[in-house]
Amino acid sequence: MGRDMSEPLLRMRGVSKTFPGVRALSSVDLTVRAGEIHALMGENGAGKSTLVKVLTGVYPKDDGKIHFAGETIAPASPREAESAGISTVYQEINLIPRLSVAENILLGRQPARFGFLNWKAIHRKAERALERIGLRIDVRREAAAYSVAIQQMAAIARALDVEAKLLILDEPTSSLDEREVEDLFDVMRRLRDRGLAILFITHFLDQVYEIASRVTVLRNGERVGECETANLPRLELVAKMLGKDRAKLESGGEPRTAGTKRAAPGVPADSEAAREAFFQVRGLGRRGGVEPFDLDMREGEIVGLAGLLGSGRTEMARLLFGVDAADTGQCLLDGKRFAPSSPRKAIDRGLAFCSEDRKTEGLVPDLSVRENLILALQASRGPLRLLPRKEQMEIAGHYIRALDIRTPSLETPIGNLSGGNQQKALLARWLAIQPRLIILDEPTRGIDVGAKAEIEKLVQSLRERGMSILFISSELEEVVRNCRRIAVLRDRKKIGELTGPDIDERKVMRMIAETDEGRDFRGGVPAVPNDPPREE
Amino acid sequence: MMRKGLRFHLDGGRTIWPVLGLVALLVLNLIFSERFFHLEILDGRLYGTLVDVLNQGSKVMLLAVGMTLVIATGGVDLSVGSVMAVSGAVGAVLVTRTEIPFPALVACALSAAVLMGLANGVLVALAGVQPIVATLIFMVLGRGVAMLITGGQIITFEDRAFVFLANGHFLGLPLTAAIVALVLAGTALLTRGAAVGLFIEATGNNETASRLCGVNTRMVKVLVYGFSGFCAGAAGLIAASNIKAADSSRVGEMMELDAIFAVVAGGTALTGGRFTLIGSIVGALLIQILTTTMYNLGVPPTIAPVPKAALIIVVCLLQSEQFRRHFVGRREIARPTVPETG
Repeated sequence: MGRDMSEPLLRMRGVSKTFPGVRALSSVDLTVRAGEIHALMGENGAGKSTLVKVLTGVYPKDDGKIHFAGETIAPASPREAESAGISTVYQEINLIPRLSVAENILLGRQPARFGFLNWKAIHRKAERALERIGLRIDVRREAAAYSVAIQQMAAIARALDVEAKLLILDEPTSSLDEREVEDLFDVMRRLRDRGLAILFITHFLDQVYEIASRVTVLRNGERVGECETANLPRLELVAKMLGKDRAKLESGGEPRTAGTKRAAPGVPADSEAAREAFFQVRGLGRRGGVEPFDLDMREGEIVGLAGLLGSGRTEMARLLFGVDAADTGQCLLDGKRFAPSSPRKAIDRGLAFCSEDRKTEGLVPDLSVRENLILALQASRGPLRLLPRKEQMEIAGHYIRALDIRTPSLETPIGNLSGGNQQKALLARWLAIQPRLIILDEPTRGIDVGAKAEIEKLVQSLRERGMSILFISSELEEVVRNCRRIAVLRDRKKIGELTGPDIDERKVMRMIAETDEGRDFRGGVPAVPNDPPREE
Repeated sequence: MMRKGLRFHLDGGRTIWPVLGLVALLVLNLIFSERFFHLEILDGRLYGTLVDVLNQGSKVMLLAVGMTLVIATGGVDLSVGSVMAVSGAVGAVLVTRTEIPFPALVACALSAAVLMGLANGVLVALAGVQPIVATLIFMVLGRGVAMLITGGQIITFEDRAFVFLANGHFLGLPLTAAIVALVLAGTALLTRGAAVGLFIEATGNNETASRLCGVNTRMVKVLVYGFSGFCAGAAGLIAASNIKAADSSRVGEMMELDAIFAVVAGGTALTGGRFTLIGSIVGALLIQILTTTMYNLGVPPTIAPVPKAALIIVVCLLQSEQFRRHFVGRREIARPTVPETG
């Protein structure tokens, strides 16, 4: 991309932002040039959203400078940012579904004559706005009548209609299919060629290489790198996102994290391959969720799921537990067919699922620790056979001691506990039903280091007692440390497994970074394998 | 110590406010009207204003019991007034046009009410209609159905058993008070003696999490609306018995609002979760005593809603933690909130 010698359009320098108890951004730099598509990447909690919100005036920044189009700006509201020329299209498309496309595009700026809306002008202007991105649709129909992709583009058209110089697209492709992604990319290329700068937030590696010329990677609120995609091996990008030093990994000089920890007590030599898997998944999949996959689970075994954010780990767990319905494939439990169609049925068959989203899918915040602990157990007993109060207290008391849950009393609302103690209490909820297979989705997210270690210890002791554990974590070293078998996912697809001695961080990252053709290719080559051939 | 902590926790410490309101009203009556606390026994039956309060308040109390469970799931049932009309209409038509025994008549009227409640529940839980919209449909529809059953007429009856329902006595107290006590005890047993209460509270507090725990949240919701229908049906029979007639266009009018107020004033939050049946009963008594008090003090019925509204505002403000923190000076530890990042 030869045009980047000029003064960049956007230069953010040393931007910091702290929320109570969290340093969301620490001295982050971001440079975006006119006429480039710049990718912004990072795992959960990396600070992508915060950075965008500072840039668009949603949050005030604590420190740092923003230069935009030759001026220093400090937008205090999204409107101010917009009038400076920064437009944003958010992940959840903010069109009003019942209004027509035209109204949506011109909302708040409708041309009027004598106080009356000039519909002809509205439709003409909307059509022109859409033509600019190469879209011809009936602007009189309501927005909800069109596909998500079209709505996405209408939102872009609206964003551009305010003389934008920089367009921010926040995970625009996460709900689009491959074909729609290509259409969106066509629009993005056209806009880029016209000199617009695009900041493209995504977690799909292939898409970054397909469309972006440069990429900025954030991790834990810091910028860990800014590179030309053409010169950035995929492995290095993955390593950056996961916070690994690629040089060390490549040299092989580093003692294998896995190897050293492998010798630790609690992880005996593997003899499990001989044992029969009691739970077998065959071709389970869901459109828009995760592509069909196979998985075997044995008793007393911890299987890890590794992959980047959005790679389909959680989607896999939700299919297994019946939260989302699978549209293909089946499970075999002890050789018998089992279709996970609801959490209730999964629980009855001995499954448990500790969700990554503690707040919305785990805690019942106003109920007491005791009630939260026995909820799943009581649910499997049904509404009438109430666990006797004494037994409830015993069970809750037992797990509070066993897991060292710090709570003032059994009757304290669980919402009042600290994150780590909440997490332990939710684990206890599932242990109380004595499951055969427990799915732990990010069991250590958002809790302090001490609690993390305790949970890992607990997971090992469960395995020793013969429980089968599916362990999901975005902390690669955690997966490598705890699991004897790892299923690796990329772009909503299980791409392989590593077992026993093969497990180390570098191998996992290599698998994540590989393309479907197995090449470590660099920028420019389209990487949407199933797309019909189309000229570039 | 432990037990006391437990009690307080069960009602979230909020029952204290309506109880205080109740006491304040009673004190007011003690000062301004000596007849209020006057009780006398005639023919082994207790008479007096307080007894009237129990009898008159029985309908709102019944509605409030059902409404409590609905509100605890995060919903609301606006159809109870209309369901009362349907149940009263079914009762009146059966008693005047057929010879079926009284228990069978009660069963028919209550079944009709439960069916309407279940239909509400199906709309809310299975079709995903907003509770306020779903029950509004049945609020309008129900009254139409009741009019259809009675043919738009006010149907009067003299059947002894039916009339006895709202005018008879049991152990010296109005039979209606015994009915309320029975329904309350049954509901308390079912919700607290079984796990039903836990499932309702869990569903109202966090539906997704409850479903992932294996709680059949949809069934919970369908059933609470069905139960609310049952309570409204019972209230409807009492209302008809009270005036010895089924007046489909007037019976139960605006009573859904009284019931909702009773529940909220009693300490069950409209957002769902924790509920207290006793609190709702106290809330219902609060409304009834206020009505009676105003009547005793000679407040014209046309301006009666004004003091009622004032009371509602005061109780709601007292329920608000924020308000108490500012003006009552009671401090509670707020949970720290951390915004999403990343």
